[in-house]
Amino acid sequence: MAAPDIVMYEEEFNQIKTIISKLRVDANAKVVFLVDKNGQQIAAHGEIENLDTTSLASLTAGNVAATDGLARLIGEKEFSILFHEGEKDNIHISIVAQRVILVVIFDERSSLGLVRLRVKKASQELNDVFARIMAKVEREKATAGAAFESPFAEITDEDIDSLFSE
Amino acid sequence: MTFINYASREINCKIVYYGPGLCGKTTNLQWIYDKTNPGAKGKLISLATETDRTLFFDFLPLELGTVRGFKTRFHLYTVPGQVFYDASRKLILKGVDGVLFVADSQVERMDANVESIENLMINLKTQGYDLMSIPYVLQLNKRDLPNVATVGEMTRLLKKKEEPVIEAVAPKGVGVFETLKAVAKLVLSELTKAG
Repeated sequence: MAAPDIVMYEEEFNQIKTIISKLRVDANAKVVFLVDKNGQQIAAHGEIENLDTTSLASLTAGNVAATDGLARLIGEKEFSILFHEGEKDNIHISIVAQRVILVVIFDERSSLGLVRLRVKKASQELNDVFARIMAKVEREKATAGAAFESPFAEITDEDIDSLFSE
Repeated sequence: MTFINYASREINCKIVYYGPGLCGKTTNLQWIYDKTNPGAKGKLISLATETDRTLFFDFLPLELGTVRGFKTRFHLYTVPGQVFYDASRKLILKGVDGVLFVADSQVERMDANVESIENLMINLKTQGYDLMSIPYVLQLNKRDLPNVATVGEMTRLLKKKEEPVIEAVAPKGVGVFETLKAVAKLVLSELTKAG
């Protein structure tokens, strides 16, 4: 496998939620959310009732992947910040811990400078959380060895068939 | 790279539809989108040109239900099939859990099929995967057309390992869910080996 699977535990998930909700308040933003580089949404906070967050996550990841490709073409490692400016709303995208994407949506109540400043601080905190998650996954794998406990260890054919039974 | 969230008890898997240009990848997705009940699916996103050729990817999130107390979600992606979009194809394979190859059964497209599978193997390798070990299913699409190659011949040319081979007519839905189910099964049983 290219990279280890991300496994999210309750404790770290709550820490992440706290960090992004604080970031939303500090940056005066409408929405803050976190996606992994493959387009899976990790957490979201703010005015998300009318927002298709699944699509947002997948398009953000596509956007970052395309920009990464562009960066490598011109000899850069990555473009760590992307910014899209709209008439009312703007999107600030940054990469955290090399593997997750932090997205901040904000309007005229905030400013790019403020968002950048607050994102920088939150990124450091998120970095620490993800380092802890990766360490935890490694530890569990090491201690449990081949018997690393997967909740899916006992999936049967019937389980899978039942998913398609509608 | 499966994403398992113990906190919200969810598991997300990424499935990619691969294949040569105009083989019916988007048509597969369109059928699935049309036939699943609204509660189980998200929006079908298509990043296509004005002539409906896929430019970057199509994306369809599907919620399949619960396995062992975990909400199971599949994110289906297609790649742009046209040869010159290779850079985009590479990106979409990032973090893939299962690949579904859609082959065009028309005799004159056989070279394109072969070339596309070769391309798939190379691109998987650049992302650190191996076709031989990743969950993989081969779909022989367009079986209703008059000038198709025989199943035997296509299997001989395109089959790479012990992957399931499924015949399909995507616009009519023949074989579409069967193929998805086959790859979902392989992806989920891969999880049982996690460690």
